[in-house]
Amino acid sequence: MIEGLLIGLSAAFSLQNLLMVIAGCLIGTFIGMLPGLGPMSIIAIMIPVAITIGDPSAALILLAGVYYGAIFGGSTSSILLNAPGVAGTVATSFDGYPMARKGQAGKALTIAAIASFGGGTIGAILLMIFAPMLSSVALLFHSAEYFALMVVGLSAIAAFAGTGNVAKAVLMTLLGLIMATVGEGALFNMPRFTMGLMDLQSGFSFITLAMAMFALPEALFLVLNPARSVQGGDGGKINNLRITRDEGRKIAPVIGRQSLQGFFIGVLPGAGATIASFLGYAVERNIATKEEQEEFGKGSIKGLAAPETANNAACTGSFVPLLTLGIPGSGTTAILLGALIALNVTPGPRLMIDEPQIFWAVIISMYIGNLVLLVLNLPLIPYIAKVLAIPRNYLIPFILFFTLMGSYIGQNNATELLLLVGMGVCATILRFADYPLAPLLIGFILGRMLEDNFARSMQLYDGIGFILDRPMTLGLLVIAILLVIVPSYRARRARARQEGVADGD
Amino acid sequence: MALDRWIAFVILCVALAYGYAAFFTMDGLLPPFMQRNPIWPSTFPKILSVLAVLTALVILLGLEKPEEDKDGVGDIDYRKLGQYNLAHALLLLALMVAYALLLRPAGFLFSTFGFLTVGAVILGERKLHILLPVAAIASFAVWYLVDQVLGIFLRPWPFFI
Repeated sequence: MIEGLLIGLSAAFSLQNLLMVIAGCLIGTFIGMLPGLGPMSIIAIMIPVAITIGDPSAALILLAGVYYGAIFGGSTSSILLNAPGVAGTVATSFDGYPMARKGQAGKALTIAAIASFGGGTIGAILLMIFAPMLSSVALLFHSAEYFALMVVGLSAIAAFAGTGNVAKAVLMTLLGLIMATVGEGALFNMPRFTMGLMDLQSGFSFITLAMAMFALPEALFLVLNPARSVQGGDGGKINNLRITRDEGRKIAPVIGRQSLQGFFIGVLPGAGATIASFLGYAVERNIATKEEQEEFGKGSIKGLAAPETANNAACTGSFVPLLTLGIPGSGTTAILLGALIALNVTPGPRLMIDEPQIFWAVIISMYIGNLVLLVLNLPLIPYIAKVLAIPRNYLIPFILFFTLMGSYIGQNNATELLLLVGMGVCATILRFADYPLAPLLIGFILGRMLEDNFARSMQLYDGIGFILDRPMTLGLLVIAILLVIVPSYRARRARARQEGVADGD
Repeated sequence: MALDRWIAFVILCVALAYGYAAFFTMDGLLPPFMQRNPIWPSTFPKILSVLAVLTALVILLGLEKPEEDKDGVGDIDYRKLGQYNLAHALLLLALMVAYALLLRPAGFLFSTFGFLTVGAVILGERKLHILLPVAAIASFAVWYLVDQVLGIFLRPWPFFI
């Protein structure tokens, strides 16, 4: 390993590769801020550039830098505009946006940058130590375990259900799952519930749904009630950038825990940053004290640090199956695999042996990339947060425009825009009645994968027997049930105790 | 009946229609070789529709007692919708629909410039000497970035040019 590290250091610290990391992080951050352009599209756009470079290490380092930058950029639009352009940053907006509305946009961006740095760096250390070992563990996961893992991911809805609102959260999740069944699935290859419309043939698009559920209702609420505008204070002057020692102490354990959890979830092919971020949020909420739990969803620093750390650690983790097995664990790593193959590099068990300079250079460049992101973004935060100081008459049309653009760029289909407006109106009405929208999006994101893995397990085991046949599946399902039951039980007990006190017990 | 129950009722109707399609129409299209599978394309939707109907009924029948939200800061009270800027919101929604319909025939530059300008005017912006250049620069900058830099085609001009 030491030898590998030295090879990696010498490769990663060459001038060309350093420039690649910096360029990649910058490009990724700025394009990632545009809702609708996630890491997948940006990397796809950058592939021709990477191939032109010719050197596989440099190309992969550039693309990895773009990947991290795009994830960070996505967090920025989630926090400032409530417009998560990537599934992995949806959970970031749950507490990031309320913080921005409270006039703490600078602080929210700082926490996001630090949490991303922590998650990415710890993830890179874990990758270095465990990569060869973990690749064999990832292979132990079959479709039954994936199905159970998706159920665990769905159990994160417990984190969004206020007291006495569990039914609403469950209903929204089911609605998301129902929406995910629209269109042509990978497994059955037949269109379902398309009502004969060609535009629904490939189902609803994630980006349209995300914009309709988050950005559009928020923009409409700002129009309806101007008093809701960001309380930036001082005419939008961004102060309050620093986090206090006390806040640092609060988020440090969250970053530690979520780096580990996020990384190990990221290692599993197909699980990825999205589940890691939702689960990170849910777990942190469940283990928080009662007072802290009240804060979640209203601008909790823990609620922001958890998904930010987890999604970055998971991104790093997703390199494990790519580099050691040649299995892309997510859409983004699938595109990276394509780029590697185009550069005559075959990822897999022999990569470490045949091309150690590529393997180690990529890992070292992850450290450098995280550092570059931190160094570049911390000084830029006051300027990025200035977005919120734009006068309302300009800001709202721009938010609406970027919402429309995000949806249009992804699909190049104007019907998608009409769908966006229709869904946005529905989402606004749902928000009037206090229905949580995050579970709907979680259900939609995980729905396809859940059904595919469920169907595959059913076919393999000729029925539902796989739940009892596979201990890991059963264990995960039990965890999912506990994730839902424990918070409700704790809330009920707390209520009972309060009533007891009121009764004079 | 409260709004959340009305919404539950609408979702119940959607779930019933969805369930009807899953239980009675989908399996007729199944090729014979697939009928021996332990799972059909309609299996998952059947499960979802049953669960959705049951959950919607829980809300509709008021079986769950939600806790009173004491912290309604900044949220919109739909019962007082008339007191808010409803006209502005509806006009902006109409503008978004118009943008969707005009984006292709009018081209990206004109429709975006129009959207940003009219949107700001609806919200009360009257300093046209600032608004018009800002809208023009923003429209061109976004088009240049997406079309020229990223290589995603956006037709800049109307279809007849």
